[in-house]
Amino acid sequence: MISGLTIAVSAAALLLAAWCGYATWRDQPTKDWHVIGMAVVSLLALAQLVVAVVEVANGHKPSGGSVIFFLYAVGAVLTVPAAGFMSLLERTRWGSAIVTVGGIVLAALELRLVQIWGGGHG
Amino acid sequence: MADTTTTREPDAVSTWDKAQRRIGEGPGRLLVSVYGVFTVAAGSRSAYQLIAQYHKAPLSYVLSAVSAVVYAVILVLLVRGGESARRVALLCCAAELTGVLVIGTLTIVTPSLFHDQTVWSYYGAGYLFIPVILPVTGIMWLRRAAPTPADS
Repeated sequence: MISGLTIAVSAAALLLAAWCGYATWRDQPTKDWHVIGMAVVSLLALAQLVVAVVEVANGHKPSGGSVIFFLYAVGAVLTVPAAGFMSLLERTRWGSAIVTVGGIVLAALELRLVQIWGGGHG
Repeated sequence: MADTTTTREPDAVSTWDKAQRRIGEGPGRLLVSVYGVFTVAAGSRSAYQLIAQYHKAPLSYVLSAVSAVVYAVILVLLVRGGESARRVALLCCAAELTGVLVIGTLTIVTPSLFHDQTVWSYYGAGYLFIPVILPVTGIMWLRRAAPTPADS
């Protein structure tokens, strides 16, 4: 269950990064549609956190430790909203660049999450 | 009139205010964001490791904590802005770069020193090499943001 969501979050995060990278390249700030995209990615990450809480409550032990796992999972939920907030402060191409980096950071966090969750039975 | 070209009236913002804020805006805001992420990432990771498993690799965890402090200091300097903050931030970025290069080299030459990963191990390979790219970008940006004769 977690692994499916992880793939969804990673793919969505990378798409968001590419989309905002394109806006950066075109010298444009983030627009409403970008913000909706950020909301979708953030909701996916939030769903992942909820599912992880349920699975750990049902007895799954993340191989890297529960505390570390949830530190990363909460970080994953907060990454894109934080980037979005900064992009609203910075109404230039650099605001788009911030969300691009945010998407890449989230994808990297997902990779770590999979490692911490433990292979095979996610 | 095009709205993008008239966002900032030169007279509306004093030159002091402009210099005060400039290093944390535009490309600087991207740096603020990345330094923010690294402050949180390195800080929370090393805090957890120092509390929960200090004896496993004390040197690695203390080094991670040091890197977190460096990131936090640069973050604050970028947000505060101003010429003195810019100069101190330049020094901190140089220290950060030195740290990444020294720790990165040590992890390759004498891996036995480190019983666990630090943020700066292998030049930050565990963090997409951002730890080695970040100080270089920071130094380039801070040098470019130096006051020009027209500002004073």
